[in-house]
Amino acid sequence: MICLGIEGTAHSISVGIVKEINRKCKVLSNVIKIYRPAQGGIHPREAANHHALYVADVLKESVDKAKIDSSEIDIVSFSKGPGLGPCLRTAATAARALSLSINKPIIGVNHCVAHLEIGRGTLDNCSDPVLLYTSGANTQVIAFAEGKYRVFGETLDIGIGNCIDKFGRAVGLDFPCGPAVEKLALEGKKYLNLPYSIKGMDIAFSGLLTAAEQYYNNKEKLEDICFSIQETTFAALTEVTERAMAHTEKHEVLLGGGVAANKRLREMVNIMANERDASFFVPDKDLCIDNGAMIAWLGILMYNSGIRMKVENSFIDQRFRTDMVDVTWRD
Amino acid sequence: MIEKIIYQGAEAKICISRYMNFNVVEKRRLKKGYRIKQIDESLISTRTKEETKLMIAARQAGVSVPIIYDVDLLKGIITMEYLKGKRIKDILNDLDEKDRMRICIKIGKSIARFHNNDIIHGDITTSNMIILDNKIHFIDFGLGEINSEIEAKGVDLHVLMEAIESTHSKYSDCFNYVLEGYKKELKQDANQVFKKIQDIVKRGRYR
Repeated sequence: MICLGIEGTAHSISVGIVKEINRKCKVLSNVIKIYRPAQGGIHPREAANHHALYVADVLKESVDKAKIDSSEIDIVSFSKGPGLGPCLRTAATAARALSLSINKPIIGVNHCVAHLEIGRGTLDNCSDPVLLYTSGANTQVIAFAEGKYRVFGETLDIGIGNCIDKFGRAVGLDFPCGPAVEKLALEGKKYLNLPYSIKGMDIAFSGLLTAAEQYYNNKEKLEDICFSIQETTFAALTEVTERAMAHTEKHEVLLGGGVAANKRLREMVNIMANERDASFFVPDKDLCIDNGAMIAWLGILMYNSGIRMKVENSFIDQRFRTDMVDVTWRD
Repeated sequence: MIEKIIYQGAEAKICISRYMNFNVVEKRRLKKGYRIKQIDESLISTRTKEETKLMIAARQAGVSVPIIYDVDLLKGIITMEYLKGKRIKDILNDLDEKDRMRICIKIGKSIARFHNNDIIHGDITTSNMIILDNKIHFIDFGLGEINSEIEAKGVDLHVLMEAIESTHSKYSDCFNYVLEGYKKELKQDANQVFKKIQDIVKRGRYR
């Protein structure tokens, strides 16, 4: 079975084509086009305009790269949410148009669940992981329990990527600021005290962001501040992930989301996993960031488990929560 | 020294040990290799200190907790009384209805004494209560804090509600007995807290 998935929750418009082979996911193509604002953060309408402008090209390129004919596509899936309304609507519109023109079923999927499933689908031995999903908007610790992907911990205010981006903008770095902050952090030596805010299994970052900006205003070295931000926030993320693993008695940890590209975060979660004899997994970079292939793969899983959707019911849902999805494709 | 680990969590391990000829329990917070030394040391020592303070406050509020013998902030060790009792979790389902009600009312009264003093336990489950000599002792204040907000008190009780629903699902009226005892002992209007519990349930995330 072959599925074409369209992702468009935030800054990226992406079309991925995947094929199911023995219950594993083979990625045939995964074309990603990222909207980069000239200044400031993501403007939802500008991002949606960007997606509308490029979605046809991305679609064509993806089909070409997969070396398939459009008649070989069995299903069309799209990111139903959560995300920015205008972006979601653009991707969904493209999916509906394609579904109707090639006369193949459509299915809307949850973006956060897709991040977890692409790990299980593409990585050997990754079967029942706790996912630490860290991106601009989302920061969640997710694991399977009693028929759903449940959120065991999450941010109470802003996502970790958003925290780093906001700090980066305040000190004049370009969006996305993660790679620049990571590079600066390598030169940092002095640890500056920052609020370490964990409430039960949840985390908060906004207090830390304010404190970090104050260090900058007080002329502390930018390298030291970046180092301290990474060490503090990533330690808190790793701690919450470990708690979820202990609580759910799971022995696998998976990273997902754009911030999973950060080498220090990978290192910390890997050390934690080693200390508890657990396995550590990270998908390829293009499958970590927002991408169409993961949307396509979840489309296959859902379709195979009997879920059907009509075009007239293919709504988007900006606040589509991870634990709203009935996971019918797992025991 | 002979040492036996009786429980290992994500943050700490619990060992049985000896201290001045007493049988004791040591809660040892674990060093984490993933975080830098400054963060590791600071978290271990502040959390050990906070937990100790909450245990002392709980005792002053009139709730039974293990006696603390020694605290080592550098190593992150709390040495405390070894309670040779049984966890409420393991006995609650086997009691007759009258005793179960009696115990649950007692639990509710203890929680009200915490809340009268703005002590939030943070992890009230039936595995964190030990019954010994007909007294209920509360353990593991590792997620606790001092907080006077109704929200915090509601969340505190809500954790117990979920624990009862999952581990003692056949006896779900247990939680009503807890609330009955809580209402009797609470100095402020308990209905405000009960309303908050309903709000928390409605948020959905916590269902």
